[in-house]
Amino acid sequence: MSAVAEEFITEDGRKIGAVVMEMKNITLKFGGVVAIKDISFDIRQGEIRAIIGPNGAGKSSMLNVISGFYHPQEGEVWYKGARRPTMRPYQVAAQGIARTFQNIALFEGMSVLDNVMTGRLTHMKTNMFQQGLWYGKARAEEIENRQKAEEIIDFLEIQAIRKTPVGRLPYGLKKRVELARALAAEPSILLLDEPMAGMNVEEKEDMSRFILDVNDEFGTTIALIEHDMGVVMDLSDRVVVMDYGKKIGDGTPDEVRNNQNVIDAYLGVAHD
Amino acid sequence: MFYRESGDFKTTYIDDDQTFPIKFDRYRYYAVMFVAFAIIPFMVNDYWVNAIFLPFLIYSIAAIGLNILVGYCGQVSLGTGGFMAVGAYAVYKLMTAFPDVSIVFHIFAAGAITAAVGVLFGLPSLRIKGFYLAVATLAAQFFLVWLFNRVPWFYNYSASGQINAPERTVFGEAVTGPNVNAWAVYLICLVFVTITALIARNLTRGTLGRKWMAIRDMDIAAEIIGVNPLTAKMSAFAVSSFFIGISGALFFAVYLGAAETGEAFGITKSFLILFMIIIGGLGSIFGSFAGAAFLVLLPVFLKVVGADWLGVPTDIVAHFQLVIVGALIILFLVLEPHGLAQLWRVAKEKLRLWPFPH
Ligand SMILES: Nc1ncnc2c1ncn2[C@@H]1O[C@H](COP(=O)(O)OP(=O)(O)OP(=O)(O)O)[C@@H](O)[C@H]1O
Ligand SMILES: [Mg+2]
Repeated sequence: MSAVAEEFITEDGRKIGAVVMEMKNITLKFGGVVAIKDISFDIRQGEIRAIIGPNGAGKSSMLNVISGFYHPQEGEVWYKGARRPTMRPYQVAAQGIARTFQNIALFEGMSVLDNVMTGRLTHMKTNMFQQGLWYGKARAEEIENRQKAEEIIDFLEIQAIRKTPVGRLPYGLKKRVELARALAAEPSILLLDEPMAGMNVEEKEDMSRFILDVNDEFGTTIALIEHDMGVVMDLSDRVVVMDYGKKIGDGTPDEVRNNQNVIDAYLGVAHD
Repeated sequence: MFYRESGDFKTTYIDDDQTFPIKFDRYRYYAVMFVAFAIIPFMVNDYWVNAIFLPFLIYSIAAIGLNILVGYCGQVSLGTGGFMAVGAYAVYKLMTAFPDVSIVFHIFAAGAITAAVGVLFGLPSLRIKGFYLAVATLAAQFFLVWLFNRVPWFYNYSASGQINAPERTVFGEAVTGPNVNAWAVYLICLVFVTITALIARNLTRGTLGRKWMAIRDMDIAAEIIGVNPLTAKMSAFAVSSFFIGISGALFFAVYLGAAETGEAFGITKSFLILFMIIIGGLGSIFGSFAGAAFLVLLPVFLKVVGADWLGVPTDIVAHFQLVIVGALIILFLVLEPHGLAQLWRVAKEKLRLWPFPH
């Protein structure tokens, strides 16, 4: 692991921990398109790390690299002090990394409760034969995990819809259920891809509150992509700015706000 | 007596997780079990058992099996007939090779062998989906039928190419062979149906069931939250084929007594079971029963009403049946993909609110 201070004091005087995840010189190409170009940044324990940038900048691609869904042509991912080998997404999930999607990716045919319970998969260890008999271990495990799932459901205030099939829910609630499913995994790092996209002001406020509460109460490290600058500046401890696959800024919200490259990118200065 | 959950509070998650959360449903279920186990065996005769109960029970097992694969895990299969054949030939080989071992054990073993074959033919599902997977399973169907026809070892080199079930007993009562009592074959099938339905219910409401449904609803998201697509899909093929194998074993050994692959386990069987779960309801255990009952009873009903009462020639009745089934499939696919089971749920939901729907 690179030599970094064990602790970091943010603008608001919040203390955040050591580096848990480090992206080193990541380059990701789709044929001729270079979605990510030689980007490095780190995520510290307990922080809220925002990734911002104009459309098509490569933000979602970066989360997909962290999730193990895309495999970069170059670069390394370091997690908890060790270089991570190439992994399938389900292996990454087992390491305690959960996420939500830019376009909601819930299991539409299942109830809210079942979606949240599915989020607890990585904690459930009984095998097919034990589950087929249901008695003993499988049942105990189901009930224990149901307890956890219900805690998350209470936390996100979706008790009233727990038995509703997800397909019937309005957009804003679906976003919240998706957060519940990710939280159910009790992840060490939570990746949120535009958790507030398409929401009205009130829903955005609710969602911001939940994100802060998650970070606060569970100490979950959060990496989030968001377009709403107000939200980003309020929530995040540190910000990475991407544009056309390149990193053009990295630092506290204030530093980033005053960075000339960032200002240019957002004001749409012509690229040369 | 109102159909309600009010006053029937769940105070633990165990209670809330019950198969039949509403008391009335639970009592009705106990009543059905009582009638099935304690009353029907004393009333059945050969006609009822052979025309209705055995096909219904045996097809129910196959339908539950296929429903796990198609309805729960979202993997299309047209190989059901072929997998039933694997169960049938496996039980035949086992019965003839180990005559002293209990037939019950052989039937389970036939299920296990079919599960292994199912996993093998399920491997393409890791790469292909939907239509292409359907075609691959169709190839399995034809290959298996061809194999059992062509390799004499499977039918013990019998001159006719048929397989015949020798007599085997359970607790001293014959359940296969020519000298069986109606109640005995009924009961053995009922026991297998009960066991498979319970296992299916347990699996589908637990972790594995949620993995299957996650793969069905959105496989990419499923993998990202921790579902290993390989084990999820292969377990669906294994469990599904296990049930279908048991069904095939019972179909041959207990119901038919003698079978020729192409005839008993041809492609029409694959479609029959698929139609059962479409009409009954994809992703529902109850729907598997409903669909099996419907497609077993329909021809009997049409024969009684059309041929016996109205005097319509039997071949016309048979054609009419195809037309009805075809129309129903289209109707259900277009209007109610969750089949009879969903109609039943909607009716219950209405009833729960009745008489004050608002
Ligand atoms: N699977 C893919 N195949 C080909 N090109 C892709 C793929 N995924 C992303 N890209 C390309 O990579 C670039 C970055 O896309 P990405 O979705 O990461 O952007 P983004 O920053 O998340 O944008 P937005 O704010 O619109 O969500 C785009 O040019 C996109 O077209
Ligand atoms: Mg994006």
